Amino acid sequence: MLQKLFKFKGGIKPAHHKAESRGTPIAAAPLPGHLVIPLSQSAGEAAQPVVAVGDKVLKGQFIGKAEGWLSSAVHASTSGTVIAVEPRLMPHPSGLATLSVVILPDGEDRWMPLQAPDYKNMSLKSVLQYLQDAGVVGMGGAGFPSHVKMQDSAALGDLVINGAECEPYITCDDRLMRERAGEIIAGSGIIRDLLQVKRVLIGIEDNKPEAIAAMQAAVEAAGETTFSVVAVPTLYPAGGIRQLIRVLTGKEVPVDQRSTDLGIQCFNVGTALSVWRALNLGEPVVSRVVTLTGNVEQPGNWEALIGTPMNELLALARPRADTDGVIMGGPMMGIPMPACDVPVTKGSNCLIARSPTLFPPPPPEMPCIRCGACARACPQELQPFELYWWSRARQFDKAREYHLSSCIECGCCAYVCPANIPLVQYFRFSKSEIRAAAREQKMADSARARFEFKQFRAEREKAEKAEKLARAAAAQAAKLAAERDAAPEGESGAVGDAADAKQAVIAAAVERARVQRAETDSRDA
Amino acid sequence: MNFISPPYLHAETSVRRVMNRVMLALLPGIVVYTALVGVAIIVQILLACFFALLFEGLFQKLRGRSLASLQDGSALVTACLIALTFPPLSPWWLTVLGVFFAIVIAKQLYGGLGQNPFNPAMIAFAVCIVAFPALMSQWPAQGLYLPLSQQMEVIFGVSPRIDALTAATPLDAIKTALKMDSFTGSIQELLKSQSLYGTFAGRGWEWVTTAYLVGGLFLVQRRVITWQVPVAFLASMTVISLICWLVDPTRFSDPLFHLFSGGTMLGAFFIATDPVSGCATPTGKLIFGGGAGLLAYLIRVFGGFPDGIAFSILMMNICAPLIDVYTQPAIFGMRRGGKKKEREHE
Repeated sequence: MLQKLFKFKGGIKPAHHKAESRGTPIAAAPLPGHLVIPLSQSAGEAAQPVVAVGDKVLKGQFIGKAEGWLSSAVHASTSGTVIAVEPRLMPHPSGLATLSVVILPDGEDRWMPLQAPDYKNMSLKSVLQYLQDAGVVGMGGAGFPSHVKMQDSAALGDLVINGAECEPYITCDDRLMRERAGEIIAGSGIIRDLLQVKRVLIGIEDNKPEAIAAMQAAVEAAGETTFSVVAVPTLYPAGGIRQLIRVLTGKEVPVDQRSTDLGIQCFNVGTALSVWRALNLGEPVVSRVVTLTGNVEQPGNWEALIGTPMNELLALARPRADTDGVIMGGPMMGIPMPACDVPVTKGSNCLIARSPTLFPPPPPEMPCIRCGACARACPQELQPFELYWWSRARQFDKAREYHLSSCIECGCCAYVCPANIPLVQYFRFSKSEIRAAAREQKMADSARARFEFKQFRAEREKAEKAEKLARAAAAQAAKLAAERDAAPEGESGAVGDAADAKQAVIAAAVERARVQRAETDSRDA
Repeated sequence: MNFISPPYLHAETSVRRVMNRVMLALLPGIVVYTALVGVAIIVQILLACFFALLFEGLFQKLRGRSLASLQDGSALVTACLIALTFPPLSPWWLTVLGVFFAIVIAKQLYGGLGQNPFNPAMIAFAVCIVAFPALMSQWPAQGLYLPLSQQMEVIFGVSPRIDALTAATPLDAIKTALKMDSFTGSIQELLKSQSLYGTFAGRGWEWVTTAYLVGGLFLVQRRVITWQVPVAFLASMTVISLICWLVDPTRFSDPLFHLFSGGTMLGAFFIATDPVSGCATPTGKLIFGGGAGLLAYLIRVFGGFPDGIAFSILMMNICAPLIDVYTQPAIFGMRRGGKKKEREHE
């Protein structure tokens, strides 16, 4: 199928390092000693635990309930016993912990009874609900809940299935497409029908000829006519959403819009597979394919249960002795793990065993000479050296003006920088400072609003109290006056009225003090 | 845990590599230049390089910075440019003074590499030509090829400087002619009569500048520099010289002569392309190069100095930051179908 392709500016061509792991078929990883399943594996709120310590669970059983629409359910990855529900270190460089369910497998790996939904006769809303309950999130790494993406993309023009896999080292999508093309195509077909899309574009970098052939064969076998399998030029980051959309459709997603505003939605091949499994087999997401590579003897791809400790999984690839850490993701955007035993999550596409020889520490940072290499490499067409300047000077307003928020942190700028400046770090820092400032501003605003309301309330209460007192006094006075009026000898007058009112106020105050004292006494007792 | 952050991969590149490439690209010009005027130019380059490293090291030390920066090669590039723009038989102290102004005043005092608003080598040239106009105008006479020993005597001031050593450059000759009301012949005849004219520009010099062009094209091909500055520089000089030449061919030289005379090629490919003091946006580079070419022509033809490259580039250096501010390119997602709307941060 001939397809006119477009170009995006910038991009880099680092060594692929895919050969190491792309040759070995996907194998199921053995059951680990225990599973640590974080309840927060996707964007949005963490799931709420619905199991307690001591509970027996079956594979695929609900253990975390989605909390709100922008959240996704979490399931037991194998059968066994819940031995802890507690915060555990998450696979994030921050070293923060998140509530996790720890399961001791019983070794049987027994599924709960699965029942495929009759999704063809269900409303879109209930299918999306089903996907949320099945824990289907983006498998490309970002982990955005898929049902949310499908929700506001009704009546789209194009569906882009992302099989670019542009980061070096990673080959899990390559293997998936080669081995499970039929399921991916079927899953993409389901998404197409759900979203009523006219055209499905499957973008695969042309360094994966076997995957392209397999996907093409699967499209033909399925008799799909709306599908195009497109070989896109290998150029990092061709798998970035905006870049891939540009290459496939020629459209540029405006900076202040989303792709859906142009009628385009994008899913990863792994996500399409998850959708197919959820809706055709009734299987929730309990595993994913993980590439194990880097400083290891035996690189490869393994289907690992969600929650498998990374060191246990990585051991399958036999890391070399000088391995000094694990990177989750690729070498361009992957994040260093805070510990070697953090669990595999739905977004863990690749584990790279790190060593000082594989990724030598960068040479010392030198001054920026404004050579502009970063600007020529930036796929978002930013001027990274200007952003660096403003970030360094902590002029965050200026950094925003130069479109810092459009930075996708792909790392192209830092890759080409002759001065070895860790540009991405500077940009992350600036972004977090801008976010923090916005948060602080918000907090200050609400604090001011609170304070002003408090003052307003105090005033109001004071006024109300005065009014009430006045009313009570008047009533008292009226009563006294009435009594006096009833009595025949009327020695009263205006003076007497005033005195009575005063007395009434005093009486009321005495009464209040008495009540207060009684209250204090009862509290003390 | 040692803190490392993505990306973990890095291209085979460094500031030193960039600077080495620039020096490599200067090599053809240096070779032809040496063939033309002798080993004196090599001596000047070595002299300039030695003092550049000395001053750079000294001031890095004084500023409490690492001496590792001596390896970045930037001081050496500046030194080479000074040696190549100063007259080859300048007294040694003039070269050293130029290097001092370039490295210490124009670069280190502004904060070192990457911080200088002006091109250091051009600051050196401007300071010296203003302070020592006579010395900075003593270009060796055509065909004068002194033996090395005699050149050394001239450079290191053992023997007195003799005016016979030097002669007017072609650019000088035409400027002088332009200013003489009594001048009646044509520029071409004048140059021929003084045997200053070669095949298409100044005799001998035309090959030096051609060699600079070759080196410059290498830099463009290796992507050390982008095409915008040199192309705009040469184009604007071509256009303005063509206009003047068409208006009065007897008083103005043809564009080819201007492109291959004086510092045009060196300026267009090696000096105006300095990223630190120049413009960084693509449009900005076009404006910068175009402005520098135009000013260089105006100064060399109508101004008071033999060539205008240094002053034109310094003037454009002044404008560079402002040009950059106003020529920021649209980013991805701002052109096709994109509204130019500032994205509000939540």
